[in-house]
Amino acid sequence: MIVNISINGQVHSHDVEPRLLLVHFIREFAELHGTHWGCDTSNCGICIVLMDDPGSDQPPYPVKSCTMLAAMAEGYEITTVEGMAAPDGTLDPIQMGFHEMHALQCGFCTPGMMSTGRWLIEKHPNPTQMTDHEIRDGISGNLCRCTGYDNIVKAIRWAAAYIEEHPESARTART
Amino acid sequence: MATTETSPGRHPEWYAHATGDKFGKIADAPVGFGHMKRKEDARFIRGLGDYMDDVRLPGMVHGAILRSPYAHARIKSIDTTACVAHPKVAAVVIAKDLEALGLAWMPTISYDTQAVLAGDKVRFHLQEVAFVIALDAYSAQDALQLIEVEYEVLPAIVNCRKALDPDAPLIRDDKVGQVDNLASPTWEAGDKAVCDRVFAEADVVAKQTILDPRSHPCPMETCGMVADMNPNTGQLNIYNGNQAPHAHRTVYAQVAGLPEQNIRILCNDIGGGFGNKVPVYPGYVCAIAGSIVAGAPVKWIEDRSENLASTGFARDYLMYSEMCSKNGKITGLRVDALADHGAFDSTAQATKFPAGFFHIVTGSYDLEGAHCQVKAVYTNKAPGGVAYRCSFRITEAVYLVERMVDQLAMEMKVDPIELRMRSFIRADQFPYETVTGWVYDSGDYHKAMKLAMEIAGYDELRAEQQEKLAKGEMMGIGVAFFTEGVGAGPRRHMDILGLAMNDGAELRVHPSGKAVVSISAQTQGQGHETTFAQIVAEELGISPNEIMVRHGDTDKTPYGLGTYGSRSTPVSGGAVAVVARKVRDKARQFAALMLETRAEDLAWEKGRWFMRGDPERGATIESIAEFAYSATNLPEGLEGGLDANAVYDPPNLTYPFGAYIAVVDVDPGTGHVHTRRFIAVDDCGVRINPMVVEGQIHGGLVEGIGQALMEVISFDDQGNALNASFMDYLLPTALECPEHGFELGETVTPCPHHPIGAKGVGESPCVGSPPAIANAVVDALYHAKGIKHMDMPCFPARVWAAMNGNAQPPQ
Repeated sequence: MIVNISINGQVHSHDVEPRLLLVHFIREFAELHGTHWGCDTSNCGICIVLMDDPGSDQPPYPVKSCTMLAAMAEGYEITTVEGMAAPDGTLDPIQMGFHEMHALQCGFCTPGMMSTGRWLIEKHPNPTQMTDHEIRDGISGNLCRCTGYDNIVKAIRWAAAYIEEHPESARTART
Repeated sequence: MATTETSPGRHPEWYAHATGDKFGKIADAPVGFGHMKRKEDARFIRGLGDYMDDVRLPGMVHGAILRSPYAHARIKSIDTTACVAHPKVAAVVIAKDLEALGLAWMPTISYDTQAVLAGDKVRFHLQEVAFVIALDAYSAQDALQLIEVEYEVLPAIVNCRKALDPDAPLIRDDKVGQVDNLASPTWEAGDKAVCDRVFAEADVVAKQTILDPRSHPCPMETCGMVADMNPNTGQLNIYNGNQAPHAHRTVYAQVAGLPEQNIRILCNDIGGGFGNKVPVYPGYVCAIAGSIVAGAPVKWIEDRSENLASTGFARDYLMYSEMCSKNGKITGLRVDALADHGAFDSTAQATKFPAGFFHIVTGSYDLEGAHCQVKAVYTNKAPGGVAYRCSFRITEAVYLVERMVDQLAMEMKVDPIELRMRSFIRADQFPYETVTGWVYDSGDYHKAMKLAMEIAGYDELRAEQQEKLAKGEMMGIGVAFFTEGVGAGPRRHMDILGLAMNDGAELRVHPSGKAVVSISAQTQGQGHETTFAQIVAEELGISPNEIMVRHGDTDKTPYGLGTYGSRSTPVSGGAVAVVARKVRDKARQFAALMLETRAEDLAWEKGRWFMRGDPERGATIESIAEFAYSATNLPEGLEGGLDANAVYDPPNLTYPFGAYIAVVDVDPGTGHVHTRRFIAVDDCGVRINPMVVEGQIHGGLVEGIGQALMEVISFDDQGNALNASFMDYLLPTALECPEHGFELGETVTPCPHHPIGAKGVGESPCVGSPPAIANAVVDALYHAKGIKHMDMPCFPARVWAAMNGNAQPPQ
């Protein structure tokens, strides 16, 4: 079947098996390797990408791309880690925050973790006031084996503060 | 067949120069040790890392493994007819095909043998039986279902004690002369007679059987390989994320009988290792054999269940132990341990230490006598084990001794910290030789323990515990003090498969004064590209942003044994410091020519040689580098160019240590344990990059929380692995950690024999935290219910059972 999915603003059309998972569409057909895969059971969040429903006023939300068929993503706008930075290469504040706070080590969970972090900031009415529990609860669907999470919590805080100081840096998948 | 060396996005030169500029933070980098943000982040935060599954080669096909549904069964027949007929299947490989290639069995890193694909019988649940190669990964999985295997089921042994029963079924009937399930002869350390005397004279003795349960390192990226045998040239390129690429190359040369110079291993980015990526696995050999058979590159990436159920597990030590005291001080320790190695002994350790470094079990205490013996057995469980973020069985040893100190403190009715303080090796006793033969290089244990107590507010915590107890609430305070021996090791007695445990380094300073340092260690997230550049920077005064660290390509890096056992900084880091000093010495010869003086008249300050007594006259390392490549009249004996090689043979291990205090709350209704606070004081000697060190500590602490509270691989009576997915093998999330973060402290006792005084830190937190948390849980149970021990993992059902007087090992 032909599936058309918009990823990072570009439509990818491929003839695929109906059973193809979104994560494999992204990796094998769109050739975007920044989205990784970590388990078979929707537990680890390594494969999280942001999905935007054009008909909704909610910000793009994280989905586990191993738990969705590619065909189900048709009509949505997907943002992967490759689409986070601005076209001129300027990093998204969440990317800066992860670097500044040493919130990554092996880097394997990082794309999924940053996607969730960006969503947390975007959906929160007052992101700089997020509690530790709110952030930890928000990323509890993402596993990381290297960092012990402390610096990830700090990185999300860093990004929230940066966005407050530099409102122009806040970008969503829709802008 | 065309092959490519690199896939898009992985060009080391790219990230070396891309680092920092987007952030405008180059000036932040210290020229040497200190806080510095990581160079490797630049590619990872952009999604440009290059992991195993990102490798794509022209004509590449995909492998998948059929696995045994039984833990112990004879294979009566394998019918691959329908599978071979699948339109997208390129080849099917079973044991008899491998026999023809001489690849049916492979040596393990413990001088045992392991079936690559089961031929005679299967010996553990989910063992490898057939390897299917298909045009795409989905078809490979489909085709597995078309293989018919007829089994005759045999009784399975999953309990290491029952494995030694006289009527236990023989698991390794493939081994000539093997009549029982013993995997190796009993191994001993310490003087038994002295130990017996110490116990005879003791005032108080504590006794306990302790299980350090089977767990799994479980890196977020599973294992896998792309094997690319070029039939025209005989060149075998192996893309494989492993922790010891040079040692793997030598093993493949031995296993496959291929010329070692024709094998090139490329480790690109690795999504975590933690010991899991040390061994050679059957899937790797299958991929290589598959590439030979199919004449095309073969990719094999295991799924999560395969990773959890078949690759290197950790621990599985059942330990009977006694500890005694005299005059209020710990005096002796006796341990009799059974090590469950599973169906094939592929434990990872230095060859002459069959139980690894387990005999460091006397810990941080000045004992009069100790004796330990370890017996290893085969069972119908997955083979291993590996050191899950520890230096060869030190986690088991530290868990045992720290649990026993708490038990003894209960018997003696003294505070567990008080007993430790009385029994510690004193700072003035270093270097200190333990009764089991280790020579600890340096330490100040009392200082670290006091600092941890101060950060924790230990006395206030004990008072709070009493108040809570009065209200029916359960709170536990757990203490652990560890000494680790890392950085294996001295070649006089440490090798793996005969390969000395040393590391090489090569340093080239280019004419422009920029440098490339090539190392044999292999990062899996530890940050080598930053910290190893900082070592060169410290020694030569070149900015770390102008030093590229090359690793992960056996054709382009010097030989060495890789990254595990916290050995990168202690061994490879030593090699890098030594090679930088060689370059500095060579630079001195050039500087003398440039300044028209004698080399011995020159003095060094970071980045330049200058005239003693006339500091204005000097030559910077940049100007010396340019001179080294351009000078036309060099004296006899001085070669042009500014580069050097080194192989570092550490004179001893390094001995990092630390004092940990955990505070937990236990729900009396459900048995749920919440880690409220965790205080970690680490002494890893000189810290190259404190930010990276703290990141390592955070990560290890959480893995320790996981082992203490959540992680276990258990089996049913038939030998089925019950924790073969993340639904059943639970890793800690951000919510299982202290809500407001870890509380870290540091003391610095430089290693006296290491070139830069560093000791290695990656594994310390994972060694110290399991006993700290377990002791905290038992502390809560002891104060509320008088219970003196429960085995890990302390998850709610097990804690609840323990609270109700029914503590059982998790078998």
